[in-house]
Amino acid sequence: MFDPDERQRPRLAVVKFASCDGCQLSILNLEEDLLALGRMLDIAYFPEASSDMRPGPYDIALVEGSITTAEDAHRILALRQQTKVLITIGACATAGGIQALRNWADVESFKRAVYPSPAYIQSLSTSTPISEHVHVDFELWGCPIDKGQLLRVITDLLVGVQPRLPADSVCLECKRRGNVCVLVAKGLPCLGPVTRTGCGAICPGMGRDCYGCFGPSEGARKGPGLPPNTTSLARHFHSELQLVPIEVMRRFRGINGYVSPFRAESDIWENKS
Amino acid sequence: MSEETAQTRTIAVDMVARVEGEGALRVTVKGETVQDVELRIFEPPRFFEAFLRGRHYEEVPDIVARICGICPVAYQMSAVHALEWVFGLRIDGGLRDLRRLLYCGEWIESHALHVYMLQAPDFLGYESGLAMAKDQAAVVTRGLRLKKAGNAIMTLLGGRSVHPVSVKVGGFSRVPLRRELEGLKDELLWARDAAVETVHWVADFDYPEFALDYNYVALRHPNEYPFNEGRVVASSGLQISASEFEQHFIEHQVDYSNALHCKLQGSSYLVGPLARLNLNQEHLTPLARQVLADRRIELPLRNPFQGIIARSVEILYALEESLRLIELYESPSEPALPVVVRPGTGMACTEAPRGILYHRYEVDVDGVIRDVKIVPPTSQNQARIEQDLRLFMPRLLRLPDKGAALACERIIRCYDPCISCATHFLNLEIKRESIA
Repeated sequence: MFDPDERQRPRLAVVKFASCDGCQLSILNLEEDLLALGRMLDIAYFPEASSDMRPGPYDIALVEGSITTAEDAHRILALRQQTKVLITIGACATAGGIQALRNWADVESFKRAVYPSPAYIQSLSTSTPISEHVHVDFELWGCPIDKGQLLRVITDLLVGVQPRLPADSVCLECKRRGNVCVLVAKGLPCLGPVTRTGCGAICPGMGRDCYGCFGPSEGARKGPGLPPNTTSLARHFHSELQLVPIEVMRRFRGINGYVSPFRAESDIWENKS
Repeated sequence: MSEETAQTRTIAVDMVARVEGEGALRVTVKGETVQDVELRIFEPPRFFEAFLRGRHYEEVPDIVARICGICPVAYQMSAVHALEWVFGLRIDGGLRDLRRLLYCGEWIESHALHVYMLQAPDFLGYESGLAMAKDQAAVVTRGLRLKKAGNAIMTLLGGRSVHPVSVKVGGFSRVPLRRELEGLKDELLWARDAAVETVHWVADFDYPEFALDYNYVALRHPNEYPFNEGRVVASSGLQISASEFEQHFIEHQVDYSNALHCKLQGSSYLVGPLARLNLNQEHLTPLARQVLADRRIELPLRNPFQGIIARSVEILYALEESLRLIELYESPSEPALPVVVRPGTGMACTEAPRGILYHRYEVDVDGVIRDVKIVPPTSQNQARIEQDLRLFMPRLLRLPDKGAALACERIIRCYDPCISCATHFLNLEIKRESIA
């Protein structure tokens, strides 16, 4: 489908901001598919994997990590200008990541907690998703992303199809897998009913509650693009599972805590604490 | 990029590739002498120690896994061991074996990635493992399949290889059935042979003459190669328990880096595969010993470039250990021991792929975390990397700037630094003061 001539292959960049490198590792974990990817795309910029780092423009940029420094806020603008299709990969780039917990705190006190000389540390008071800074063409959720979903999206782009991934809840996948419901049967505060599918319902499969690492699902009751019913689930945690308000708050304020509607739900329960 | 002024000469490379995370190196040279070496880690800080405060102990394994995508098990293991110390829990039998097996999976996955995709291209003249694959497809495919074998262990025990989900204080949320583990055996047997081939492959690389006197630091256990348990020992003679770590290992902040420098008695030291192998050679398996003997590789290894040999030997060890643990496995009656929360402070060290990882947690009566300290391996090796560069620089001074810069990157990569852990891209800047 693509001209085997190197110059004709779409140029890919993999770019990192504040993150744990886990989503980039998910690319490297494609194993044999990684070699196929290397044949189909010109991997022009991927510093974690290659010393061969060539400047843009790029056809596709996969962006890992959130924006936490003034310098990075400039760097994402420059990348956007050089990129045709910009895709965020993972919870950090898509929702601000676990490090967005700072958005509810006084970052100066965080610096003091971690560093003896906080003045040396240059950091914004917030950790924000890429979409708060530039237009994002597609968001790939997960902490980490699912490599099957990544491959699907790249394949779609290569054949000229607008990528689409399911946005319904983990519950549906859980049922398809025949897992016993940990929320009902074990009384665990499972976030599966409001969390986006994509992981394969791993946590209930491993006998535990989902902790929302794929972010909020869409349209569970009202239709595509609309938020899931976090309100009802939070009330259930509180009244049926006896979680006190601060525990409900912590439940929603995790890996994807900064993204609406998880953020709004956590704020409600913080105010009740 | 090269800039010259009357007084100084500055050479800057935007980034050292094939490391996990982002940092920079600046070397100042005056005449024939190296004035200063600064490894600057400018990976933005993510403040884990700060926001773990106020979280419940049960959330800790899920949160600390996010410090690093490459070695999440190490973070989970140090954390659960420290918290189990607080609650007076001792994990034995099948649960202990499963934790050891999970750690084997992470070592295999992380080491195979580093050996094949990140470091070997330096010895063979490629810019990446992918570029190497064009000429040496069979070798790279072997490396990727080895890595996959490690991932398969992690996925079976942890649900997935990046940020596994089953680890909890007291044990696991689910333990595998014996037949599930048996299902891994064929691939692990293949991988064991591939690991032997890997040691032979890296033993043939051309190593620069560069032997150093390191103070090696690693865990030591009386009768096994260390993963989760053991005393912290140094080749200088130190022998302490993890609870005494902070009395001997002191973190310093330097103005040019977002990672703290950790020192032992005021000096740099070395953690990681070289240190572990040199301090624990008697716990190697007969096969691993045989391969070393066949290649006339004598321990201790004192050349940082030979870290790739140590890493390859550890892949072999981890595969043999995995097969042994699977053979012995008896499914525990419960996936986890019950936890009775009590307040207190707990410390633990475990052996991450890159070296000792120290955690300390202070927990209150409700099981909520009040204080945390985490010392990752890369911040411990940082001062030692700078010292290696200082010692290696003189032989680079006659090289053109670009060549010198590439050689420095190679030294840094020997350490498999995980800059994401230490706070993460590496810029190299060589500043040459003019030779009058």
